[in-house]
Amino acid sequence: MLTRLAEHENRRRCALSHARLVADPTRCIQCGICSYNCPAGIDIRGHVWYEEPIDDCRCVICGECVTRCPRGALRFVSLSAVS
Amino acid sequence: MTRHVILGMGTAGLSAAEVIRRHQPSATITMISDDPYGYYSRPGLAYVLSHELTRAHLFPMTRGRWNRLAIQHIRAHAVQIDPQARSLSLNTGQSIAYDRLLLAIGAAAMPLNVPGAELDGVLPLDSMQDMQRMIRHAKRARQAVVVGGGVTAIEIVEGLHARGVQVHYLMRGGRYWRSVLDEAESHLIEQRLICQGVSLHHHTEIARITSRRDWLGRERISGVETTDGWQIRCQLVGVAIGVRPRLDLVAGTDIETDRGILVDDRMQTSVPGIYAAGDVAQAWDPIAGRATVQTLWPVAVAQGRVAGANMIGQLATYERSIPVNVTRLTGLIVSMIGTVSTRGEPDPDLVTISRGDSELWRGVPDTIVVHERDQVHRQRLIIKDNRLVGAVLIGDQSLFSTLHRLIEKRVDIGMFLRALRSSQVDLAQVLMQAQKQVA
Repeated sequence: MLTRLAEHENRRRCALSHARLVADPTRCIQCGICSYNCPAGIDIRGHVWYEEPIDDCRCVICGECVTRCPRGALRFVSLSAVS
Repeated sequence: MTRHVILGMGTAGLSAAEVIRRHQPSATITMISDDPYGYYSRPGLAYVLSHELTRAHLFPMTRGRWNRLAIQHIRAHAVQIDPQARSLSLNTGQSIAYDRLLLAIGAAAMPLNVPGAELDGVLPLDSMQDMQRMIRHAKRARQAVVVGGGVTAIEIVEGLHARGVQVHYLMRGGRYWRSVLDEAESHLIEQRLICQGVSLHHHTEIARITSRRDWLGRERISGVETTDGWQIRCQLVGVAIGVRPRLDLVAGTDIETDRGILVDDRMQTSVPGIYAAGDVAQAWDPIAGRATVQTLWPVAVAQGRVAGANMIGQLATYERSIPVNVTRLTGLIVSMIGTVSTRGEPDPDLVTISRGDSELWRGVPDTIVVHERDQVHRQRLIIKDNRLVGAVLIGDQSLFSTLHRLIEKRVDIGMFLRALRSSQVDLAQVLMQAQKQVA
């Protein structure tokens, strides 16, 4: 059990260090499902409206917003691709 | 100090207000709207109906964001414009003077024109009030009938289904949204609706909505009679037969109209100092060679920003962009880019343009290429004169950016046509090669 938790945490940290959440504003209709489902309480919708990078330190790359966005406006990209 | 007045509180109006405030911190911005809920995400209404969102989350603007914009909000609606005096008369009797006026009053849902359409429970899904009424009626409805087409009709069908209502979806034609989707795409959406338990009825429409009185004497919907003689029991009727730009206010003025308010590439109407943007505007399209109405979110944002910039004296022009809409139909993400309709035939289920639609989507192509990976991942490419002019992506969206760029840049893909037609080809690889031409 503990090993599984540690593995999960390890994977999460790997993802955090390699990926970033990126939005496509042309697909977003500001419905707010992303912000509503964000466990960290990040106003993702606000970032998309102002076309700001979503680099809030509270983001844990859980993928809730990416999965639930009904318009596919959010995705993860590796940091190397961003740069 | 310039007095900017914006009629309407949708996304076009807000986009304009943000541009004005960014460049003119001391200007007066007045927004006039009698919507008691102010600014909210209208496309998000469907997700509250389907239990994916709460009503509170439909409001993207925090108090801080509103305060920074320093907008004076008047809860009323304009009844008359006097362009000579540069003033507006409101329904409250108030008169408002302006230097620059933006008409961002949107489009209104078309009402159903059958006997019984005035009954309580015959509802569109066009505003917060409509959504609340629909939820209230859905609580005690066991069956519902939905008529219409486009994205909104499916949203109503799925929303009511999610609330435990048995839904009958009536279509005048032989298939769903024939003006935008091809036969296979319509079939895919319809099959998924049937799997969810929705009853579909083709080649039929409502002849009459019947009612009865409940034990308190209130008139309630009891069912509908169809044109082909069937009776369907229901307690709610959902209507999504299209929207029409709100033109009543400008009737009788010098502001020129067609299907919407005609604007130039700076979003200015035929009367100097008065602008229009969003669903109400009909903007000139240099490539199509005609003025078009588009009820798309990104178009409203872009037009609002251009109007706002011109209202403060900047020379911004509205760059015609490729019409794009991304939506979700029966759980599948569907993207429509550029010219996606192949015949240009009218949709029998829609009397006007629907929400999330563009008149620029209609055209006659030379070639259509379809790639189907499996039942739910499908790409349709529309080609004219060796150029990609449109695409419909269902399911997998990984090619969206590539296709959007190829369509926008009008890249000659003649040398890739043979490869594209092959069903064995890796579409992503071919498109990436074509994209290299842009770079």
